[in-house]
Amino acid sequence: MLFTSYAFPGFMAVLFLLYYLIPGRFQWKLLLAASYLFYFMAGPSWLLYILTTTATVYLAALRMEKMGLQQKSYLKAHREQLSKEEKKAYKDRVKAGQWRWLLACLLLNLGILAVVKYSNFAISNVNGLLRAAGSHRQLGFWDIALPMGISFYTFQALGYLIDVYRGTVAAEHNPFKLALFVSFFPQLIQGPISRFGDLARSLYEEHAFEARRFCFGLERILWGYFKKLVIADRILTGVNTIIRDPGTYRGAWVFVGMMFYALELYADFTGGIDITIGIAQALGIGVKENFNRPYFSKSVKEYWRRWHITMGTWFTDYIFYPISVCKPMLRLSRSARARLGENIGKRVPIYLSSFAVWLATGIWHGASWNFVVWGLGNWVVLMISQELEPLYARFHSRFDVQGTGGFRLFQVLRTILVMSCLRTFDCYRDVPLTFRMFGTLFTEHNWQILWDGSLLGIGLGGVDYGVLLAGLAALVAVSLLQRGGSVRERIAAKPYPVRFLLWYGLFLAVLLAGAYGIGYDASQFIYNQF
Amino acid sequence: MNRIWKFIGTGVIVLASLYLLQRLLAPKYVSDVVEGALIAEYYGEEKDHDVIFIGDCEVYENFSPVVLWQDFGINSYIRGSAQQLIWQSYYLLEDTLRYEKPRVVIFNVLAMQYDEPQREAYNRMTLEGMRWSRSKVDAIRASMTREEHFLDYVFPLLRYHARWSELGAEDVRYMFDTPRVSHNGYYMRVDVKPAENVPEGRILADYRFGDNAWTYLDKMTALCRENDIRLILVKAPSLYPYWYDQWEEQMEGYAAENGLLYINFLELVEETGLDFATDTYDGGLHLNLSGAEKISRYLGEALRQEAGLADRRGEAHLSQVWKDKTEAYERERERQYEELHSPAPSRGD
Amino acid sequence: MEDLLEILRDLHPEVDFETCDTLIDDKILDSFDIVSIIAEINDCFDVTITAEKITPQNFNSAEALYALIQELEDEE
Repeated sequence: MLFTSYAFPGFMAVLFLLYYLIPGRFQWKLLLAASYLFYFMAGPSWLLYILTTTATVYLAALRMEKMGLQQKSYLKAHREQLSKEEKKAYKDRVKAGQWRWLLACLLLNLGILAVVKYSNFAISNVNGLLRAAGSHRQLGFWDIALPMGISFYTFQALGYLIDVYRGTVAAEHNPFKLALFVSFFPQLIQGPISRFGDLARSLYEEHAFEARRFCFGLERILWGYFKKLVIADRILTGVNTIIRDPGTYRGAWVFVGMMFYALELYADFTGGIDITIGIAQALGIGVKENFNRPYFSKSVKEYWRRWHITMGTWFTDYIFYPISVCKPMLRLSRSARARLGENIGKRVPIYLSSFAVWLATGIWHGASWNFVVWGLGNWVVLMISQELEPLYARFHSRFDVQGTGGFRLFQVLRTILVMSCLRTFDCYRDVPLTFRMFGTLFTEHNWQILWDGSLLGIGLGGVDYGVLLAGLAALVAVSLLQRGGSVRERIAAKPYPVRFLLWYGLFLAVLLAGAYGIGYDASQFIYNQF
Repeated sequence: MNRIWKFIGTGVIVLASLYLLQRLLAPKYVSDVVEGALIAEYYGEEKDHDVIFIGDCEVYENFSPVVLWQDFGINSYIRGSAQQLIWQSYYLLEDTLRYEKPRVVIFNVLAMQYDEPQREAYNRMTLEGMRWSRSKVDAIRASMTREEHFLDYVFPLLRYHARWSELGAEDVRYMFDTPRVSHNGYYMRVDVKPAENVPEGRILADYRFGDNAWTYLDKMTALCRENDIRLILVKAPSLYPYWYDQWEEQMEGYAAENGLLYINFLELVEETGLDFATDTYDGGLHLNLSGAEKISRYLGEALRQEAGLADRRGEAHLSQVWKDKTEAYERERERQYEELHSPAPSRGD
Repeated sequence: MEDLLEILRDLHPEVDFETCDTLIDDKILDSFDIVSIIAEINDCFDVTITAEKITPQNFNSAEALYALIQELEDEE
């Protein structure tokens, strides 16, 4: 059931109604039932995967907690007898035991993810090697469907497990409550990746109906549908025309494709997240924001703090920090500083661990070399800008442009352009083709397509461009308004007729200008398959 | 109290505006694709018909109820629509029986060739005009193609939401009321395009009609029997789509088995006096007015003899109704000839 | 404490670390800075700040960070 199917609003309406009719203590149970129903309707056999993850994470967390409690009572009972060293040795033993449970559970669940998501990628690479070695033997591909949202719920569950190991959250004793945390359906499709500590309490709490909060939730959902149906699904036709026929659409078309895709991805992804967070809000549940107007970022580094935030922090907390501050890395840092000098040596660990993070980010996004190159491309850009910082500083000390509107605009456009270039790997069939297509940007001089009417020939007509321009204007206007605080709050302060006209107008815009129904493919959310 | 009024007021505004939008955006089928308007026109009629036709374009372009009235005093109506599939014909019959019980139902058998839902556009033209009833719901469910949704039929606004960019003056003028486009379901064309080089039918892998089609034909037969209605099967004389001998055999077999009258006008070209050089407007797919009137005369004779339908021209009220209808029919005929810049042939030649 | 402040000032000379208590919340320190700081602390104080200790509370001010170092020193 896609967010954009007719069934989904119906599903939501029934859920909202039941949710506020039943006694509060049953609310989270209803959510669990709804989540499993949602997942069941997507693919009955997929339940097996999510149940396995939930069960193993639940048991491992309990086990680790028990070891921690035993340690506490042992130390308490033997406080007098044990020396400091003995205590430390005992603690280390317990920690090692917990670590084994953590590791086993991580490997199992990442293993499942790897097998269902990356088997065919691995097979195609082995086949490539076999061909290169002159062998005629080829491995057959594995016919397996990727369970919906597996990357998201696996990461969310493992985040919880690591938090229990670190002692930042207590283990959840009710298996059904944990099952809800793992499967909470609005997040299943495309995130955000929530932390147990952030989400759990409001997920299990009783929520009385609150008209204002409920309306805010619905408003957010509506805005999400606007982005998704009016903008993303409409421009998708043009994007697909361009990227599916690289033989025809070269040179300036690649640029057009990049720009259209930038808009499409943003509207689709943030629209989906708006719907997710809006649903949660209508249910009284606080889900963390996943975007913070990323296209207003002044650097790629800032962009990654503002785009898909929950994924970024997940990688930072659970991969970047553990790698960069582990003992071997600290030793490496020390010897690098001794040998390569303070300045470069200091950065060696950072570069290594961020390399690991971006490799993982790339491969997480998709099982293909395109995403590996895309991830590492981001890493290269980040490292270069890090290295160039002294140069920037010198530039700014010479020319006083920092803070001027023009320079900020330049920075914003530069960031959008760099990110769009990197994203071409996301679009074309394979890595060599992407490089070739990118090359045509400079070799093919067909920039006249931007004004000679060719743009009308890619499945988008004058009306479509009109709608898209209006939609884009609305996006930019809302983003600018957001800098001054919540737009919904400000609308809520207006008199009723104004409020009504605004929201009903938005509803009509979605209804009339939305790209849905016959003649429009019910396109899936782009992030659905990740 | 204030809050309640606010609530009610909002609801009224929302519902009213959505209703108006739906009326505005739905296609009007007035000067373009008039076939879409046929099904709905039936409901405005006085329902006292002797004969009801059901079927695809082979009924609504080939039979003229005006001739049946003028020459035989038979009061008939055509519930035909473009590419009407057999389950749609069946449910249209069910729907018709909610209003009246005709003595004869005539079904054109070309639709037997389709066993599955075909095209959304044709579904729309057949189903949208139906009034809501159990039959309509069943008809929709039986007809939907994979990409269709039931909700699109309940709220046509969802289907036509994107039409705002192509609205014309007609959409406003005919928002609530559309002029009549048919003559008791008959769609008149007077122009001529002789049939030449009619292609032979492609060779098919399997000439047997599908199970689904048979099921609905059985249901139709049973429904007529239950209601004491004489079911007559016809095959209109259209040269194309090709009517295979194998199909003919199956239909003849079925008619014999069930004691039904089956008239294949393709085999009656001499008897009806049909001339494909003058009696078709699109090279043999459909008959024009002259062709339709010829085979209607033959059909009327058959109805009188076989079904024993009485001449009702003596009924005062009915005569008055048909007088108006005949006038409209003649006016339309004149108008079309005028448009073609040729004088209308005088009646009776 | 003075050693710690020196490490921090080295990284961001423009920040007043003695008073600022929103180093993380206001995004003054990013993840790269934090890793550099931890490496320097490891050198200077001979304590290891593990990944689970990297929380906004511990890194929001020089004071909080110093408290963390002392706590770890005690444990060692």
